[in-house]
Amino acid sequence: MLAFILRRILQSIAVLVAVGLVAFSLFRYVGDPINAMVGQDTTMEEREQLREKLGLNDPAPIQFLRFIGNAARGNFGLSYRTSEPVGRLILERVPATLELSLCAAVFVLFVGVPMGVYTGLYPRHWSSRLLQAVSLIGISLPTFLIGILLILVFAVMLHWLPSFGRGDTVHVGWWTTNFLTWSGLKALILPAITLGLFQLTLIMRLVRSEMLEVMRTDYIKFARARGLTNRAINFGHALKNTLVPVITVAGLQLGSLIAFAVVTETVFAWPGVGQLFIQSVQFSDIPVMAAYLLLIGLFFVLINLIVDLLYFAVDPRLRSQGGGARVAGH
Amino acid sequence: MAASGGSGWLHRVADSDVWWSFKSSPMTVAAAVATILIVALAFLSPILAPHTPFDPATLSLSDGLKPPVLISPDGDWAFPLGTDDQGRDVLSSIMYGTRLSLVVSLAAVAVAMVLGIALGLVSGYFGGAVDAVIMRVADVQLTFPAILVALLIDGVVRGIISVKRHDEIAIFVVVGAIGLSFWVSYARTVRGSVMVERNKEYVQAARVIGLSPLLIMVRHVLPNVTGPVLVIATLNLGLAVITEATLSFLGVGLPSTEPSLGTLIRLGNEVLQSGDWWITVFPGVTLAALGLAVNLLGDWLRDALNPKLR
Amino acid sequence: MASPSNNPPLLEVKNLRVEFPTRRGTLLAVDDVSFDIAPGEVLGVVGESGAGKSLTGNAIIGLLEPPGRIAGGEIRLEGRRIDNLPYEEMRKVRGARIGAIFQDPLTSLNPLYSIGRQLVETIQTHLPLSAAEARTRALGLLKEVGIPGAESRIDHYPHQFSGGMRQRVVIALALCAGPRLIVADEPTTALDVSIQAQIIALLKRLCREHGTAVMLVTHDMGVIAETADRVAVMYAGRIAEIGPVRDVVKHAKHPYTKGLMGSIPSLGVRTERLTQIDGAMPRLTEIPKGCAFNPRCTERGSRCLVERPDLMAAGTSRAACWLHDRGGVGVPIPKETVDA
Repeated sequence: MLAFILRRILQSIAVLVAVGLVAFSLFRYVGDPINAMVGQDTTMEEREQLREKLGLNDPAPIQFLRFIGNAARGNFGLSYRTSEPVGRLILERVPATLELSLCAAVFVLFVGVPMGVYTGLYPRHWSSRLLQAVSLIGISLPTFLIGILLILVFAVMLHWLPSFGRGDTVHVGWWTTNFLTWSGLKALILPAITLGLFQLTLIMRLVRSEMLEVMRTDYIKFARARGLTNRAINFGHALKNTLVPVITVAGLQLGSLIAFAVVTETVFAWPGVGQLFIQSVQFSDIPVMAAYLLLIGLFFVLINLIVDLLYFAVDPRLRSQGGGARVAGH
Repeated sequence: MAASGGSGWLHRVADSDVWWSFKSSPMTVAAAVATILIVALAFLSPILAPHTPFDPATLSLSDGLKPPVLISPDGDWAFPLGTDDQGRDVLSSIMYGTRLSLVVSLAAVAVAMVLGIALGLVSGYFGGAVDAVIMRVADVQLTFPAILVALLIDGVVRGIISVKRHDEIAIFVVVGAIGLSFWVSYARTVRGSVMVERNKEYVQAARVIGLSPLLIMVRHVLPNVTGPVLVIATLNLGLAVITEATLSFLGVGLPSTEPSLGTLIRLGNEVLQSGDWWITVFPGVTLAALGLAVNLLGDWLRDALNPKLR
Repeated sequence: MASPSNNPPLLEVKNLRVEFPTRRGTLLAVDDVSFDIAPGEVLGVVGESGAGKSLTGNAIIGLLEPPGRIAGGEIRLEGRRIDNLPYEEMRKVRGARIGAIFQDPLTSLNPLYSIGRQLVETIQTHLPLSAAEARTRALGLLKEVGIPGAESRIDHYPHQFSGGMRQRVVIALALCAGPRLIVADEPTTALDVSIQAQIIALLKRLCREHGTAVMLVTHDMGVIAETADRVAVMYAGRIAEIGPVRDVVKHAKHPYTKGLMGSIPSLGVRTERLTQIDGAMPRLTEIPKGCAFNPRCTERGSRCLVERPDLMAAGTSRAACWLHDRGGVGVPIPKETVDA
């Protein structure tokens, strides 16, 4: 078990290094860090001096290590667009994105999983068929379109909910939160639904197909032959067995919520890192792009590790592998 | 002779399980009809469209912001779905925009397919370090959603090329960005199939008699993966349409001088607050219908070709 | 040996028909099958795959997989009709009155729960016992089916057991609530040959001790010969022959059974060569007119091509073959040497 976790941690580090390499190449070779720091009238000599001083003439591996070292301390240089430190720009916007993603994730899990279980257990019922058909629409509708339609109905026509921004936020230390004001909570509803809807349909369809798959297995048939109640079979035996694949995909999907926030934040003018990223793409603000890439990579790696740990909680087959707990068969 | 051969082919199609599953699913038939309809309207837009919306000479501001005819008495039958603030006919814009969206998406899927199949063949055939590198790149890329990869590629290109030139090559950038973000699933499928075939006797035999094994692989492996590749391509087409629209909506896709469906929705969204909803909603409905229809076809194709997966 | 004639039957199956609606029409997978099982009796059901033997077993435990359904006939357990019970009523019969054992012990157990939990859960579903009492009963069952070190192994997970041990656990699960009948569907097919005999011996011993009747579904005539009191031979959805196991093995009355017996090697009897039945069982979509076996039959006559035989007395057994009818098979028609 320890060996397995250790291997996963090593793999995670490898992924992070790869992402770091891409970020570094962007930072160093696509953008020219010097251009961002000096004016038009700086002479070539001054530029060269600065280059030497910043270590930009060092061998690439050393520069890469320095880049990673700086990144670890939150130092990503200055934004080309606003000339502010990238680290601070991102940190200011992280709470908005994380709170939005969290709300969307809760929405996805607490609505999507029960819907998937229901449609998996009663695949022939008309309401399951309806949900399945509606879910296909959910998958086919681009996120931004869902956002626009929600704004049109609930903001423009009904005036129930705000169409942009975070509303009033409260500072808790450096963190700014939506959760403590009425207007902040109201502002979260439409963006969270928009962000979550696509993932919700995916999770629902996944749980449904896993459920259908598990219901066909021998051990479910044997559980029926043992005369267990439907409740015990559906929720005790079937649901738990669907959890392993569902955890995998759900983990990845929830991770991608943070990345998909790019679109939602643009539609709702939500001041998060996603919006910052779009602006940086439009202006080719390379340091911000590089930093965002690393941030997303980090989130994904963390989520993957959590997913791996969850496996152990669910599946006894993993727990005993390599841990010396396997007992001889006969 | 030829005629009987033709009808024999038709008969085989009509008798096949795939055709039967197609016929027996009204949703699929509806999706196919909708797809054909949308594609036909889009590609015939120069003939069928009532206006040429992006020729400034034909525009008149006095036609601006006309609502759709069926909804408001202010409508004008010349502009059945209304006009935008510039006086452009929404229906014609949609037809031209759909054509552009489809062209970009089809090209992007083609890029992804060619790239993915090539890398999959190479990866599966050579194995070892080549395989490891290609597959790790695939793993890392899969960690990120396609839209993010496409955004990143777009941003990098903007960094390299000046903004003015960028508008001219924007369409190629979008095709490339979407294509590069979709190659992984093809590569994995083809690689898996190659690994299975590589050790089969006929490949060994071909090697012994001096035929290029790679040629054999291409000849024998590719037919094996036609089904899965077709399924991936169909599902990808739906995704590509959505991704292109999203990029254009975010303002990093196609420029407003050549609007695709996504660009139209973005332009409409800017005036949405004033309640002129038709400028956004009709392109949106078209996009949703196109995406839904293609996804339905892809779903059906996957089930029909692989009855084990439901 | 049980003597079925003296006791009222435990299980009665009468004119059972099982249908499968498909796109090419409805398939009759079990066609007019009738038999009884007496209390404590072991009835073997043999046949090739697709003969309908597993479906018959599934119909009895009420677990036909949709779209398959019982289209006719009736099934009675201890005199009570069970084929038309509502799901919840039938659930209470399953596990409690009828136990089941499936083919593959590797997939019959839920991999995520310890065997103890699965035993206790089954016991508590059917018997009014506390958790501690149920666990004691579970331990007793594990010892009875021969799991060494049951006290420590009760909390182990299925993947920690070998195939043979898992099938023992499955048998323990089937016996949890003291059922009167066990439907065992190919209980040894997935196991190593060396373990098959152990499991069969265990099943036989336990059922004798508990007085439990068994419907043993298998394609292995050897297992039947060793275990069963009576045997039913199925072919293309119908019973071809049914009778006491000794008579059917030694003096088969149906040409199909004769062929089947000729294909098992026997240590006692010296034979020049094993016989084999030419051809294959027809698919359910293309069952021939008359007797379903006629294309492969070496003793067929004109009557076999047009009239379908029902079970009729043939010595101590009953066989569905015109050879045993007063009218005979009619004009003999030699089988074509090459089957199309």
